[in-house]
Amino acid sequence: MDALVKKRIKQVLKGDQNAFADIVSLYQHKLYQICYRMLGNKQEAEDIAQEAFVRAYINLHTFDQKKKFSTWLYRIATNLCIDRIRKKKPDYYLDAEVEGTDGLNMYSHIANEDPQPEDAALQMEFQERIQYEISRLPEKYRTVIVLKYIEECSLQEISEILDLPLGTVKTRIHRGREALRKQLNKL
Amino acid sequence: MSTCPKYIIEYMHEYLDGDISREHEQVLKQHLKTCTACQEHMHQLSDTVAFIKSASPVTAPPHFEEEVMKRLPKPKNRIGVQKWLRRHPFLVAAAMFILFMSATLFGSFHDDKFSVTKQPNLIVEGQTVIVPKGEVVKGDIVVKNGDIVVEGEVDGNVIVINGEYMASTAVVTGQIQEIDQVFEWVWYEVKQMAKDFVALFENEEE
Repeated sequence: MDALVKKRIKQVLKGDQNAFADIVSLYQHKLYQICYRMLGNKQEAEDIAQEAFVRAYINLHTFDQKKKFSTWLYRIATNLCIDRIRKKKPDYYLDAEVEGTDGLNMYSHIANEDPQPEDAALQMEFQERIQYEISRLPEKYRTVIVLKYIEECSLQEISEILDLPLGTVKTRIHRGREALRKQLNKL
Repeated sequence: MSTCPKYIIEYMHEYLDGDISREHEQVLKQHLKTCTACQEHMHQLSDTVAFIKSASPVTAPPHFEEEVMKRLPKPKNRIGVQKWLRRHPFLVAAAMFILFMSATLFGSFHDDKFSVTKQPNLIVEGQTVIVPKGEVVKGDIVVKNGDIVVEGEVDGNVIVINGEYMASTAVVTGQIQEIDQVFEWVWYEVKQMAKDFVALFENEEE
């Protein structure tokens, strides 16, 4: 696969735009998955994943061909996702319907005097629940957890994608796991 | 568990990261045998990992690739122009030169101050320069934004820019030129420069 990707990159750099279609085809699911898990919303994930490919295309000449292409591509995508998350704070609205709760919104939790989102979590389908728990993680833990457990990147790769020292990546994964453990065991 | 050393939890994470050393693993195992609270913690962490790993793969929607390709900027022309520019640096330099030159010359054409070459025995009345009867002017006369009336003699060229040349019985030994178009003006300036340039070399040779 690497050889094919390298060949396509060279073709694109020579001006053959169509060669980029193969690159998109190879990485679209991985990239979309990162964006979906980071943002928790299909439309946004699609938009950001497309944007990531467009930016990769525009900046392809800056890619160091000795390095792994996926690392570079994931980096563009995670940066875009993080930007998007920071921009749209607060991250959920009180009157937004909690996914999978059939009309329950955040107001109903407040009215309950027991504003524990875990109640809503209990009524969710298992897969929805996973996404819900990921979305509740602070963005810096969410990124490393998604890359590590959803994309199955190695710690070294994560450190390269996020341009963070390996030690920082480990610390964030540890804290991310602890945060997730607490979320799951409050039930 | 609150009494357990902090490094036990660190070791749990090292274990989960798969980069725990033999010694740390031994310490962790020994501790877990005796401490139920830490066992529980370890258990919850493993469950957390299993939970997150059970997320089913997500795939991009259909037509995703098409949509991306539609969003790509059209590169052909830009690259073509860039290549052409890179291949012909001399032409680019020449074009830039001409562009800036004509811009400055065009600018100075519109500078409509009256001016005339300083020569003795010239009479200036308002914007009209007069070479009086019976006088002989030695050298060229350039009048800008004004007219010239020659009644005497001029031993040289007469050039009128943006004005009129009026003569009756005048004697001009050189050329008479009237310039009142921008392009003529530019052309004149360019010729003038070329002449100066040539003169420079001729002087050097002397």
